Amino acid sequence: MSDNSPQDFINALPFARALGMRLEDIGDGRARIAMDWDQRFVGDPATGVIHGGAVSALMDTCGGAAVMSYPGALTTATIDLRIDYMRAATPGQSITAQAECYHVTRRVAFVRATAHDEDPDNPVATASGAFTFDRKEDR
Amino acid sequence: MSPARPEPVQQVKHRRDSALRTLVDSVPYAGFLGIEFERHGDELTAVLPYDERLIGNPVLPALHGGVIASFLEVTAIIELSWAMLWDELESGKLTPGAMAENLPRLPKTIDFTVDYLRTGLPRDGYARARVNRSGRRYASVHVEAWQDNRARLFAQATGHFLMPQRGNG
Repeated sequence: MSDNSPQDFINALPFARALGMRLEDIGDGRARIAMDWDQRFVGDPATGVIHGGAVSALMDTCGGAAVMSYPGALTTATIDLRIDYMRAATPGQSITAQAECYHVTRRVAFVRATAHDEDPDNPVATASGAFTFDRKEDR
Repeated sequence: MSPARPEPVQQVKHRRDSALRTLVDSVPYAGFLGIEFERHGDELTAVLPYDERLIGNPVLPALHGGVIASFLEVTAIIELSWAMLWDELESGKLTPGAMAENLPRLPKTIDFTVDYLRTGLPRDGYARARVNRSGRRYASVHVEAWQDNRARLFAQATGHFLMPQRGNG
């Protein structure tokens, strides 16, 4: 793959684009990605709250981006991802995920992530997962 | 006393199918992903028709992990809601019409863990959820998803849910 601008990373993923994700920051095993509230992403019409699956998609993309930005990373795929939903995201507010690749072995990257709406002190969800880690020097 | 006549089969199917449609149509995100549900008796199978928008890795190409997680979570919530409403629908306590006018509150996800077993191929996916425990407040649900071959899962998930309080309200 070539050296692209950070937002190109998102634009290259059709589903991330479909959810309107914006890459705000990336580098050294960390990433921050935002997603606006949209009626189409609602999970419970009685509350207007975004579906957990859309939050999962944001967390997964952000985790993958964090891994890809870790020095030496070539490709990655999610092995598993656990999401804890602490509270309902406020309808109408954008959601921002921050992921950190906090440990990397030869083949595996361990990632933690949090998501918040426009209240940054009160997380909506946290996630932890393992991702495959393919290194450039192995090729 | 004559025994109660069984309800005509078409009437039974129509009642169940319209209740299911009302439930699924009430979730905008399920429609956004294009998820459909097939029903045999009370058993549901979720179908995710392939669409280019669902791709995460265009090089392989492979379904986005977030699509897979979303598909499994939608399947879990619809199955759990369906199981919660089934007895009321069958007894006639709840009618599809009443349901459409006053949509049932849905279970809330507490946590959801997805195990990505294989690459999601650019073709249709299927999923079934099993409610392993459903108490008054909490439920535990397992979901399995496959594509071409039922025995070769491409993802599975376990989630815990907070049940809406039903009944008198």
